Amino acid sequence: MEYIVIIIAAIFVNNIVLHQFLGICPFLGVSSRVSTSVGMSGAVMFVMTLATTVTWLIQTYILEPYSLMFLQTIAFILIIASLVQMVEIILKKVSPPLYQALGIFLPLITTNCAILGVALLTIQYDYSLLEGVVFAIANAIGFGLALLLFSGIREHLDLMDVPKGMRGVPIALVAAGILAMAFMGFAGLV
Amino acid sequence: MNQLQNFTKGFLKDNAVFVQFLGLCPTLAVTTSAINGLGMGLATTFVLLMSNLVVSLIKNLIPEKVRIPSFIVIIASFVTITDLVMAGYAPALHEQLGIFIPLIVVNCLVLGRAEAFASRRGTGSAVVDGLGMGLGFALALTILGGVREILGSGSIFGISFISGDGVLLFILPPGAFIVLGYLIAVVNKMNKTT
Repeated sequence: MEYIVIIIAAIFVNNIVLHQFLGICPFLGVSSRVSTSVGMSGAVMFVMTLATTVTWLIQTYILEPYSLMFLQTIAFILIIASLVQMVEIILKKVSPPLYQALGIFLPLITTNCAILGVALLTIQYDYSLLEGVVFAIANAIGFGLALLLFSGIREHLDLMDVPKGMRGVPIALVAAGILAMAFMGFAGLV
Repeated sequence: MNQLQNFTKGFLKDNAVFVQFLGLCPTLAVTTSAINGLGMGLATTFVLLMSNLVVSLIKNLIPEKVRIPSFIVIIASFVTITDLVMAGYAPALHEQLGIFIPLIVVNCLVLGRAEAFASRRGTGSAVVDGLGMGLGFALALTILGGVREILGSGSIFGISFISGDGVLLFILPPGAFIVLGYLIAVVNKMNKTT
């Protein structure tokens, strides 16, 4: 039951993009086409789950027992950066088609604050390893959902007659605001 | 480009938030009030200034291939310093900003300036650039926070000028997107006319 609560809360109520404001850069950057959003969401889900697992293990078995908590930020970002590199190399070797699909998004992910954000939140909420993994997957789904919805909206926005000054990013941000308003309807669900 | 232009470009012409759309996550997340925006902006300014300084000082010692990881470690060290200092001396603000302090590490603005500017220029220029871009970022956050605070709770820097509530929407997440969208449109217009 508590896993279902975590999942619903992460996807709808506290949506990572529209409520927590993590991963805004890829949200605005790659959301102009539906196909690229799918690739990006896939890559994020992969790395987010892996990164949360590894950072949780490092936090619990190395940083906490030896009171190295002040190294948390440095340790986590290095883990994520090397993890992304490793995933890229392994994918290239093991599954070229998957690499073709996700490859160009992987380098962008190191500076995607959603990954580091979810890793830090998992520690902050005192989740167990399994809860952390569920939380990461749910957040990745939430990210994918927001990205997909938004890229659909942006494809339509291209065809709209928008006032000159508002074209491009400004109108996209206002549309994102309205989407965030729609997601507020889920508040109180859990 | 002289030093004055180098300093002032971050405020309007190359503003990180309004023109380059860098570092939007903390921009949107913490600007529920002007004071939060200012606090976040100044914390980022400190990190940007120090990382620009260190990167430009040791740029010749860093091998080309591992420069990005090296920059990240330098930035992460200063973020940790900021995090601990704020937790010690400004616990209320630290609590408000939450995980967005450690997340300065992945603020593309900081890494972007280290890679695009500090690793190619002299120390003096890098420091001026870091300070200018950082203060421009702080300015943008303060303006965004101020507008949201005025509309959302009818006060500015905590000084209330209406009784009762404002338009609550602007304090909530959707307000951040909408206000930033309009501010970007205004800055676009200003940059075109000058």
